[in-house]
Amino acid sequence: MTQPANWSALTAVMRRDLMVVMRRRSDILNPLLFILIVVSLFPLAVGPGPDILGRIAAGVIWVAALLSALLGSERLFREDYLDGTLEQLTLQPQPLALLAFGKIAVHWLLSGLPLVILAPVCALLLKLPIAGWSTLLATLLVGTPILSAMTAIGAALTVSLGRGGALLSLLLLPLFIPLLIFASGAVEAALVGTAAWPQVLLLAGLSLLTLLLAPFAVAASIRVSVN
Amino acid sequence: MQFESWQAFIEMGGYGFYVWLAFGVSFLAMGLLVVQGLRARSKLEREFVQEQQRQQRLARRQQEVS
Amino acid sequence: MWRWLHPYAKPETVYHLLGRWLPWVTAGAVLILGGGLVWGLLFAPADYQQGDSYRIIFIHVPSAMFSMSIYVSLAVAAFIGRVWQLKMADWALAAIAPVGAVFTFIALFTGAVWGKPMWGTWWEWDARLTSQLILLFLYIGVLALYYAFSDNRTGAKAAGILAMVGVINIPIIRYSVEWWNTLHQGATLTVFERPPMANSMLFPLLTCILGFALLAAALIFQRMRTEILRQELRRPWVKNVLQVSPTTGEQR
Repeated sequence: MTQPANWSALTAVMRRDLMVVMRRRSDILNPLLFILIVVSLFPLAVGPGPDILGRIAAGVIWVAALLSALLGSERLFREDYLDGTLEQLTLQPQPLALLAFGKIAVHWLLSGLPLVILAPVCALLLKLPIAGWSTLLATLLVGTPILSAMTAIGAALTVSLGRGGALLSLLLLPLFIPLLIFASGAVEAALVGTAAWPQVLLLAGLSLLTLLLAPFAVAASIRVSVN
Repeated sequence: MQFESWQAFIEMGGYGFYVWLAFGVSFLAMGLLVVQGLRARSKLEREFVQEQQRQQRLARRQQEVS
Repeated sequence: MWRWLHPYAKPETVYHLLGRWLPWVTAGAVLILGGGLVWGLLFAPADYQQGDSYRIIFIHVPSAMFSMSIYVSLAVAAFIGRVWQLKMADWALAAIAPVGAVFTFIALFTGAVWGKPMWGTWWEWDARLTSQLILLFLYIGVLALYYAFSDNRTGAKAAGILAMVGVINIPIIRYSVEWWNTLHQGATLTVFERPPMANSMLFPLLTCILGFALLAAALIFQRMRTEILRQELRRPWVKNVLQVSPTTGEQR
């Protein structure tokens, strides 16, 4: 296969996915609303004092992000699996991992990026001190690709099951733990006034590693699921 | 032998509860694992035999009909 | 080497081979583990710091040791199944994962029970306890995925992919948990810096470790045999193994 053919297949997959989701915008909005609601539940549960809220803000936002990633994960492959698109993709001459990467990228564009844009509102609601804002945004920016990539693996593994929900969270949440630890650690470091960039860089490294390896796992999972 | 009496062995120098709780639950978990493995095996055999008998019955029935 | 290994890729051969080894391994496990535990419980001296509570070590350390290495063997089996398309390696997941999960549970539980008299708390978000807990979740995830599919072979392959993804993540999880732990843990609890163990304690411990290894092998062999039968149920050789007469369907 020549380079341009791979490239055009990738862009074709991405364009198609973007178009499909843009025609059903509620798929993008619902996970974001979910995050907003979870975030606004916390002040009601633990009290509105800024000392508590500010301390747990970054953690709460990240946990909400993990949960919403699970919530929106079904749409990654489900419809494509049901209408046979996934099977067509496995038959393409282009490497399946490349096409999987395209799908991951689109998923991130439509779930990760809006999350980064929404984050300031959440931070405001949870009274995160200003010192932590830029770090929170940085961790979300470099961390959400991991979220998209890992969710894609889980979704591809469970796509043929029909009812993947609870199983998917069992599979994925343990794998998200490093992400949670480094991200909230970075914000905490920023809040106490020490350097946060080591953790952010670490997250960025993890993110690159995941983006490098995950497409292959997704491709293998799709082949197992489509069978 | 470290312990003078049976009683001292059970008490474990005051830590008896913890030591025997740890050992007891560990053995229980191991035991359950062993039992579950053996039962999976016998269940498989039972189902297989039942399935075979069912197929034999079907075959006989078909012979009688024809 | 491949020519030599090739006959062993046949499920029937492996089934009978494991059947021949199983009694010996089981006997060895019972004898050595029993001996090691009696040695450790009755004859090893008490610890000068921890008294007799340290005797939990004789199950805690072996199970904790093997909980991690069993997961690695799980991933190795999955890798072999993936690369050489050896379906039996995928089936081995069903044999290995429950054993690893129980070992992890034992390590966690004994750790918690040991922590109570030593640290004064049942659960401490200690780096090792936390990563063991995550390891337990990983095992349960592999098992759940294995049995989630109505088609056994698809389940085995899917669980294999998950096991490989998990094994890449284990070092990252471990490192992150340790880093998180040093960040958060106050100075109230310190994990003991133990002096090198006296031989009178070390030898029973080593015996127990060997016993646990044999026990794990015996459990895995037994489960592997069941899994081979389960996956090959439609093959004629299974009929001979399960002693079903071809004419009446009765068990001989």
